[in-house]
Amino acid sequence: MTDAPAPLLEFCDLRKTYETTAAVDGVSLAIAQREFVALVGASGSGKSTLLKTVNRLVDPTTGTVRFEGENVESLPLAALRRRIGYVFQSIGLFPHMRVDENIAIGPRLVGEKLADGRIAELLELVDLDPALAARMPDELSGGQRQRVGVARALANEPHLLLMDEPFGALDPITRDALGERVRALHEELGLTTVMVTHDMAEALLLADRVLVMHAGSVVADETPHALLDGAGGEIAQGLVAVPRAQADRLAELAR
Amino acid sequence: MNDIGIALLGLGDKLAAHVLLSASAIALGIAVALPLAIWASRSPAVARATLGFASLVQTIPALALLALFFPILLSLRAVFGEGLPTLGFLPSLLALSLYALLPILRNAVTAQANLDPGVIEAADGVGMSFWQRLRLVEAPLSAPYIMAGIRTAAVWTIGAATLSTTIGQPSLGDPIFAGLQTQNWVLVLAGCIASAGLALVADALLGMIEKGLATRRRLLAAGGLGAVVLGILAALTVQFGSSDDDRIVIGAKSFSEQYILARLIGQRLEAAGYSVDYRDGLGSAVAHRAVSTGAIDVLVDYTGTIWTNQMERRDNLDRDAMLAEIIEWETRTSGTHVLGRLGFENAYGLAMPRAKAEAGSFESIGDLAARAPRMIIGGDPEFFERPDWFGVRDTYGLRFAERRNFSPTFMYNALQSGEADVIGAYTSDGRIAADDLVFLDDPEGAFPNYDAIVLLSPETGAHERIVTALSPLVGAIDVEAMRAANLSVDREEDQLSFDEAARRLAQRVGL
Repeated sequence: MTDAPAPLLEFCDLRKTYETTAAVDGVSLAIAQREFVALVGASGSGKSTLLKTVNRLVDPTTGTVRFEGENVESLPLAALRRRIGYVFQSIGLFPHMRVDENIAIGPRLVGEKLADGRIAELLELVDLDPALAARMPDELSGGQRQRVGVARALANEPHLLLMDEPFGALDPITRDALGERVRALHEELGLTTVMVTHDMAEALLLADRVLVMHAGSVVADETPHALLDGAGGEIAQGLVAVPRAQADRLAELAR
Repeated sequence: MNDIGIALLGLGDKLAAHVLLSASAIALGIAVALPLAIWASRSPAVARATLGFASLVQTIPALALLALFFPILLSLRAVFGEGLPTLGFLPSLLALSLYALLPILRNAVTAQANLDPGVIEAADGVGMSFWQRLRLVEAPLSAPYIMAGIRTAAVWTIGAATLSTTIGQPSLGDPIFAGLQTQNWVLVLAGCIASAGLALVADALLGMIEKGLATRRRLLAAGGLGAVVLGILAALTVQFGSSDDDRIVIGAKSFSEQYILARLIGQRLEAAGYSVDYRDGLGSAVAHRAVSTGAIDVLVDYTGTIWTNQMERRDNLDRDAMLAEIIEWETRTSGTHVLGRLGFENAYGLAMPRAKAEAGSFESIGDLAARAPRMIIGGDPEFFERPDWFGVRDTYGLRFAERRNFSPTFMYNALQSGEADVIGAYTSDGRIAADDLVFLDDPEGAFPNYDAIVLLSPETGAHERIVTALSPLVGAIDVEAMRAANLSVDREEDQLSFDEAARRLAQRVGL
């Protein structure tokens, strides 16, 4: 137990209350380097709020978040965010910028110009044709847009990738393909990834570790394997039951 | 049509002044509205307050808003000193900027409110600072909407700027007001065409910029912007290219006699080697204040007007005693120089068509008292608010069935058409003789004396050459000559220009 590496991300007794309700109600946990963590829960369980305290799109009421050993509140806001890749459901590509300008925006903010070769490389990382670089966002399909969103998040070579329901608005085939791609990038680039999703199947298939949230608290912290073996308690098992039942019915149909 | 063409060609300097005033007002409006919009986008309370204020300003009639800046700037002199201009460019600029504020502000606030929240979250997520987000995301996405607001503001401002004539700022309103006064419709039409044309051109060019921004065609936007800048530069060249600061500025209130006398004075000064400029269409109170503060250099005013309006006297002296007191008062309060009487009186009096007066055997105002409850009295918009009217009304116990306000021009038409039975007319008016009107006697002397006098601003009054050039005017113009001159510009046929009427007047009285 002496030479365990310091966690990349650490939440210490984190709380966020809105007027009378607690969105996050005392969360303490650590995420190690190169872990792929899925945050699963129903709507309103606090998973998105917890994720956003990391890049301070939400400031906690009490408690601290430490990123690479530093309290995130002690870091300049813009600098902190440039060190963290952020991908979210509504994508938020800048509609008045071309694809390459969207991807290069992070480096541009600190006065660096991203080379064309690097933009092509980032597009290839997300399985897009580098020829798309000169297109406007409204000329792309939804899946292509979210791929550009991932490429933009990776442009600053972040150590940490935060994803908030990243595939929620995509069709199932695109969703599956992009999920696989992100998981592969996580390995290739040595990332630490935290992904919020309400889809337990997606969490089980992509993550190394699944955190289940309910009413602002983490109620289960298990590997996908352990969850499928019945660990994690009632709420977690309720979520696991859905894809399991679907899989069973599909297997029966195929017989 | 040819007449209009010629009238339009003569409007170059008015157009230049109009362009510069409108452009400055819109620029100031933008400079105030955009920071307010940014602030408002961060705070709903600020958004409510600023939009509420801008909407409130819109409900004030433009003419009133322009006029209100005169007392406001006057009171601000306590802070900024006596050098603060209260007439002309500054109050016009401020009033029109306030007017331009609403459309720009409203569009900018709406554009901000309608920005896709996902895009804003992305801007924060990639680590943009407040200013980076504003410059790289919010401004370019809002620009087409803001540009649409600027277009609306430009059209409004160019239209409303014609009204700045009334507070002494040259604009395309000058021909409109001068033409309305004399029923010279060619002049009115020329002013309207020029100002409407300017509004259309501005709208088209700003529309080009808007379209360029919306479709990200930089050349289109730059072309529109370039044309706007060129137009403003051309106006600047016309305005300041040939300017010299030694011009003598002659004021005129908004009626024919004033326009003619201003030209008469101007022609004498030009003959003496001065270059002159005219500020036509000034309101009565504004005009007197303008000459006493040096905003204009020369003005023809009337003893009774100064006596009741500026000195707030309610008593009635004989004309020599009144003039002596006015000279003493002007010298004491502002140093304004009274050059002397021109020789005629332009008093108010109650006038009727001769036929009607004879039929009803009306001779004096006292004869009206018994029959007034069945009669309609007409007057210019000022008339019924003036102390002289109160005096006459109370002295003779007049109580009319109805009273109606007309612009001076239409007042005489109303008398002809029977829409008024008696009017508060001006004794030197050319239409008295032309329309065969008679003035009812005023045996009680209830109307004060209204001798026309020449006022020089304190600084101008100290210029011996100017005083010498204008002195021959004193006592030179009798009321018959003035009526004839007034008629020559007011009649419907064979109208003279003010310049020509002034030249003939000078000839007639031997100047």
